[in-house]
Formats: sequence, structure tokens, C-alpha cells
Amino acid sequence: MNLDSLNINALKETARRIRVQDLKTVFGAGAGHIGGEMSAIDILTTLYFHVLRVYPDAPDHPERDRFVLSKGHTACALYVTLAEKGFIDPAELETFLAPHSRLNGHPNCTKVPGVETNTGPLGHGLPVAVGMAKAAQLDGASWRTYVLTGDGELQEGSNWEAAMAAAQFGLDNLTVIVDHNRLQQGARLAETNNLAPLADKFEAFGWTVREVDGHDIAALADVLDSSGIESGKPSCVIAHTNKGQGISFMQDRVEWHHKVPSREQFEQALAELEGAA
Amino acid sequence: MDSGRALHDCRDAFVETLEALAAENRDIVAVCNDSVGSSKLGRFRDRWPERLVNVGIAEQNMVGVGAGLANGGKIPFVCAASPFLTGRALEQIKADVAYSEKNVKLCGISSGMAYGELGATHHSIEDFAWMRVLPNIATIAPADRIETAAAVRFATTHQGAVFLRLSRVGVPDILPEDHSFELGKANLLRDGVDVTLIANGVLSHRTLAAADLLAAQGIDARVLNMASVRPIDREAIVAAARDSGAILTCEEHSIHGGLGSAVAEVVVESCPVPMKILGVPGIFAPTGSANFLLDEFGMAPDGIAEAAKTLVARKG
Repeated sequence: MNLDSLNINALKETARRIRVQDLKTVFGAGAGHIGGEMSAIDILTTLYFHVLRVYPDAPDHPERDRFVLSKGHTACALYVTLAEKGFIDPAELETFLAPHSRLNGHPNCTKVPGVETNTGPLGHGLPVAVGMAKAAQLDGASWRTYVLTGDGELQEGSNWEAAMAAAQFGLDNLTVIVDHNRLQQGARLAETNNLAPLADKFEAFGWTVREVDGHDIAALADVLDSSGIESGKPSCVIAHTNKGQGISFMQDRVEWHHKVPSREQFEQALAELEGAA
Repeated sequence: MDSGRALHDCRDAFVETLEALAAENRDIVAVCNDSVGSSKLGRFRDRWPERLVNVGIAEQNMVGVGAGLANGGKIPFVCAASPFLTGRALEQIKADVAYSEKNVKLCGISSGMAYGELGATHHSIEDFAWMRVLPNIATIAPADRIETAAAVRFATTHQGAVFLRLSRVGVPDILPEDHSFELGKANLLRDGVDVTLIANGVLSHRTLAAADLLAAQGIDARVLNMASVRPIDREAIVAAARDSGAILTCEEHSIHGGLGSAVAEVVVESCPVPMKILGVPGIFAPTGSANFLLDEFGMAPDGIAEAAKTLVARKG
């Protein structure tokens, strides 16, 4: 589906709203992973408001597309997106991390509609997504499976076990999107355990790979619309992103992995995001 | 021991039952880690090649794939040698299966010390502890081919995760052919009032033989087959404590965290009586076959009987 500029602008506005709400929610809770949330929000927006066939009124619809947030620590961004989409009441976001809230720091599929599997420990999403895609393949079903991983989490070997299996099984109904913000919790990937050349690695594992600016919603929509067109091969979209995207003092800064803004920083971040409207 | 009685490899009952169920239900799939042979899935693969999902030697992915298949409406039987299924993929079992409440059937093949001579890397004497500490996993160790078949039928209809702990060591039939498995319920194999012997898996028939030795010495032992380690049959344990005043447990597992520990948790809270836990005494086992090692650790019928006599002497 080609997106006209009107639709693209609407998606951009949705992403901006999700960023604002994510900032407010993390600030209100006094905890969260705001840097990686800002890097993922354009991807989440494109998926939920352009790509995924999901049904907020029937979250367990058997023919729904599956989405797995493998970087589960950015749960807040998912909750805000699910609220924007209508899976949960936006008012419930105020309970994020509160005692007995179902919105804890990592998504729980047994409690939150729209969540498919529990993530948190890294390197879990892709294997589960391979199983989902395999189920659809066995049934000849048309639903697709999408999984969003961090880049640092690709240091977990379980991802590469799954990458091999996906190619072996010919899962052309599976798309992995790598939120490639080049930073992990403690340092830059390049200073820790560099994944480069990442595209070459996935290609060598038998995947079709596309690279895209992960903050260019039109480009994201275009590449996600066309992922899966190579018959018999799983698709990898490497989305080049910035941690803290949209907030000047957070952008590309390691410390904003899970730092919480002060009141003054919150006001400045809010002004920047609202100024982008 | 068991002279004249036919011994059966419970894997045969496992795959025969699985195939019979799979013939009726196309959602049943098998997932394995290159373990087609050791899980005896060759005929399943030949009948339904597309439904045998072999991920290769990759247990973390194997369990994750199982969870994803369950999300997609399948009933996956994830089969692998128990030490690698439960040890290598423990976090996947915790997060993807137990915490996510996925309908995955984890089949730990060649559990316990079935791979005795291969050394402690290949022993699975920690798996009761690892599985039963996790919520939402029905943890079951069948005692013979009849209970194995019944447990596989149960697992298929049960909505939720199951850990089936299966052996390859030959065992005689001890349950009636029409036995039907009930989760959380022990089976009374023999009644008695002097002491209760509780066992499961390959230890159940040894424990019955021990009860015969005790009977010859005037000690009347109750024997409970307790395949279901979690949930556990509290009622049967409390009744055993009340009626016999002493409980001995026998398992092909470490004495830490397994069946004996699960029984003891009930006993200390509800019905304190003298207890003895037989199993692998907190060490990596030396070289030897499973049957050799069980004898070595005092779980030959005469060893079990001796431990029971000592326990009876402790009764007030």
C-alpha cells in the first residue's frame, strides 16, 4: 500500500503523541527505559498504524498478525502504543510500574491484551517468533509475524539459533526489525561486542536484508510493506535509529538507557516534542 | 530383580501414544533438537514430515519455537534429552513457557541417569527441582509404559505446560492396563501401616520389590506411586504420615529439590513424622549404568528395605 503524504503526516503525528505520552509515563513512574523507547517508537507506530492486522476488540483473533517486542525493557512504549491503538485504556498508563499494575517493566501476555509472549530477558523474542511463523506456515495461514529486537541483544546466541532455523524452514512470513541504535546499556556496541557487519551476518544466515532510516516513517512503511516478497526467505529490516530520538539532550547518549529525567529535563523534553507538532 | 517380568522402554509407549493422538489431531506437532532417534520420533517424521520440527542442536531456540507454535494454536511436544532440555533452555522454559502460560509439552527423554556411563554432563538429576520451582508446569514422572501412555493422553488434553520426565531404562508393568492418569494424585500400589514408601519413575518398581522384602521381615509397608511431583498429592502424603508414621522417598534425582523435598515440604508443615530421602546424595555420580548407580546409591530393593527398617526404628 502506498502512503500518501497525508497518511504519512498522520503517522508522524501519532508517533509524536506516543513519544509525549511515553515521556510523561516514564517521568510519572520515576523509572523506565526512555532512550530505547524513543529509538523504537517510529517503528512501533509504523507497525501498529500501518502494517499489522490486529484487532483491539478481539486481541486473540486467530488470524491476527503477531508482533513480539523482544526488547521487552521498552515495554512502556508498547503500552502507550497499545493504548493509542485501543487495546488498553489510556488512563491505565498512569499505573505503569505501580503495585499490582499489569503494566510492569516488561510486557506480560497473560495480563495485557495485544501482548503475545513475555519478554524481558534478551534473546527470547526471535525464537518464539520463529515458532509463530512456523505455525502459520503449517496451516497455510496468511498472518505474518514481526519481531522487534534491540541491536545489543543480538549478542545473545539464541537469536542466531533462531536465525538459522528461520532460513532452514523458509519462513518468508517472518520479519525481524533490528532497532539499531548502536548503544547498549553500558556502552556503545562498537566498544563492547560489535555486531558489524550486521547486514552481512543476516545475509550469511540466509535472510533477505533491507536497511532503512528507522525514523523515516515513509521509508519504514515502504520497506515493511515489501518485506517478505522474497519467496522462501525470512526478512530482516535493519532500522538505523538513535537512542533518545526526538529529545536533544538524550539523543545518542548511553546514559539515557534507563535514566529518568529531572523535572527541568522533563519540561525541556516535553517542550521539544510538543514543539515538533 | 524382576526376573521373568518383561521390561519395557517407556519411550515406545510415549511415541505410540503420541502418534495415535497425532493421527486424530493435526495440531499436535513434535519439536526436537536433532534427537529424532533418541526420542524415537522416526516413525512420526515418516508419517507427518511437516509436523516434525527439528531445529537442530539448539535447545534455547527449540523451546522458544515450541512456545511460538503454541501461540499459533499448535500442541507442541518438545522432545530432547532431559539434561539439555531443562538445563540449557531453563530460562526459555521459565519466560516463554511457564510465565507466558503457553500450552507446551516438554518431554525430557532419557532423564535421570539413563545415560549413566556417559557421565554427569548427561545425567538429569536436577530436573525435578528446576521444573517444580517454576509456576504453571505440571511435572510428571511416569513409572511404567502404562502410566507413560496415560500421561501423554493427559498432556494432550491439559491446557497448559507439562514436563514429562521419561526414561529409556527398561521397567516392568506395575499399573493396571486401564489406568488413567490424574494430575496431582498418587496411586496406592500396596497398602500398609508400618511405613510408607513413595517413589516415581524407574524407582516405583524397585520400591514395590523392597516392600516385598519388608513384608517377609514382618514390616507392612504402604507404597505410593507419585508420578505427579507438582502439583503433589498432599492428601495422600498426610494420610501416609497419619496411618504409617514414617515416610521414605526414592527417586532417580538429587536428594536436593526433588520428590523427597516436595514430600518433605508437606510433611513438615502438615504432619511431621520421621522421613528419609533416598536419591543421588548431592554429588556428580560416578561412571556406571543407571541400574548400577541406583544400586550404588542404596536404591536396590534391599537397600531401600534397609533404609525403611532404620526409619521404622526411629518411630516413637
